[in-house]
Amino acid sequence: MDSLIEIFLGMWQWLPVAAQTVLVILAQIIAITIPLMLGVAYFTYAERRVIGSMQVRIGPNRVGYFGLLQPIADGVKLFFKEIVVPVKANPLLFYLAPVLTIAPALAAWAVVPFQPGWVVADINLGLLYVLAITSMGVYGVIIAGWASNSRYAFLGAMRSAAQIISYEIAMGFALISVLVAAGSINLTDIVMAQQGSAAHWFVLPLLPIFVVYFISAVAETNRAPFDVAEGESEIVAGFHVEYSGMTFAVFFLAEYANMILICTLTSLLFLGGWLSPFEGIPGLEALFSWVPGIVWLFTKILMMGFMYLWFRATFPRYRYDQIMRLGWKVFIPITIVWLVLVAAAVVAELPWWFD
Amino acid sequence: MNTAVRYLRSLLLLELLAGLALTLKHFFRPKVTVQFPEEQTPMSNRFRGLHALRRYPNGEERCIACKLCEAVCPALAITIDSEEREDGTRRTTKYDVDLSKCIYCGFCEEACPVDSIVLTRHIHYHAEERNGLHYDKQMLLDHGDALETQIAADREQDSAFR
Repeated sequence: MDSLIEIFLGMWQWLPVAAQTVLVILAQIIAITIPLMLGVAYFTYAERRVIGSMQVRIGPNRVGYFGLLQPIADGVKLFFKEIVVPVKANPLLFYLAPVLTIAPALAAWAVVPFQPGWVVADINLGLLYVLAITSMGVYGVIIAGWASNSRYAFLGAMRSAAQIISYEIAMGFALISVLVAAGSINLTDIVMAQQGSAAHWFVLPLLPIFVVYFISAVAETNRAPFDVAEGESEIVAGFHVEYSGMTFAVFFLAEYANMILICTLTSLLFLGGWLSPFEGIPGLEALFSWVPGIVWLFTKILMMGFMYLWFRATFPRYRYDQIMRLGWKVFIPITIVWLVLVAAAVVAELPWWFD
Repeated sequence: MNTAVRYLRSLLLLELLAGLALTLKHFFRPKVTVQFPEEQTPMSNRFRGLHALRRYPNGEERCIACKLCEAVCPALAITIDSEEREDGTRRTTKYDVDLSKCIYCGFCEEACPVDSIVLTRHIHYHAEERNGLHYDKQMLLDHGDALETQIAADREQDSAFR
């Protein structure tokens, strides 16, 4: 056994430094992407089960125990389906669009910390990077709608683009409040600024911002009740009507990867990330000190993910003009007012959140 | 004043929270799904499924070829030919039901003076050939023989209302 490790170490040192760097980065990418893809697969399963439960049915339970192999079966099915390119579609853009959609959804994970130190790129402008990268996703949607040469797809893409751009502003203001309160744009530092106890988490002092942020995030990811971009009952499936097989699956993966990303960001920014909820409570803190931080983070991500599904099972779709009104005339004023209040609180060094 | 209250209420998302509470309540309710092949929904004794021809306990077929069922059938699904048997009784030589025509109204059963043609509670049948839903006399008699106890029990249960 020891000799095996020695051989491996020898081979490692024999590699040039450039190759070592590339291999390490590749390993990091795989370590994030594979669990993420599995998470996406089982998020779709959870969605069907949760919505089923809320409609007093069971949901998929036939493939494997409790239907646990259902997402695998769906994936295999999509993998073997034909990819149909519409006549007069622009093939280059048609194939480029899914890639442009999923690339930002995966790239944003580079700066997400899972525990102190567990982050691929611990850059100081983490939050700005996330904002910039996730904004890129709208190109995929627009190009998909344009390249399909279909009116439904084009309408869906137009709606989706307008909606994403509108809510980006409200979301940006909400995030500015957080980083003013935390005094940093580095995601690890933002989590560390919430240390102390569960009452120190930003969800309490920034409660309206938290609500606005999460609703904007639902709109950003084109999920119910803001899913006019897909609008099954109006424009069939929106921007990805013409996509089939794996190209459709890639859009699907990107949507769910974005949802998980938003859940993770919400947990990091507002719910104290990997910090234990029992921090600062005598007795309980020691009792749960053996739990690694990443478990708390996953628990919070799952809670936020459940919120997504809960919303989808509860709310009917917004009308398009109401979505625009909500974004521009309600959320942006609220976030601006609260931003001023938060800034004042930080200047006044209000304990214990803003000191 | 009213406007201010309305704005405040909508900002507090009260109605949305009420909706969320409702769906959460349903989330924990026992599920109503019937898992079909293993479980089946209860069925009335009056259910009108696949047809059958019955016999008397001594084995003699009930049908006397009066053709009332053929006459009453609104879908013209029943075809009957009859002849005198050696013992002088009037019997069918052909009793066909075209299930692809039948609308399962049960008039044939209502019309039958000897309770011969009945609609049973059997529903799990299908056809894989063009004429697979064309049931002849022997098939209907066999089906009646197979289900006789259930058919008799169902008719007994319903006798007070007929």
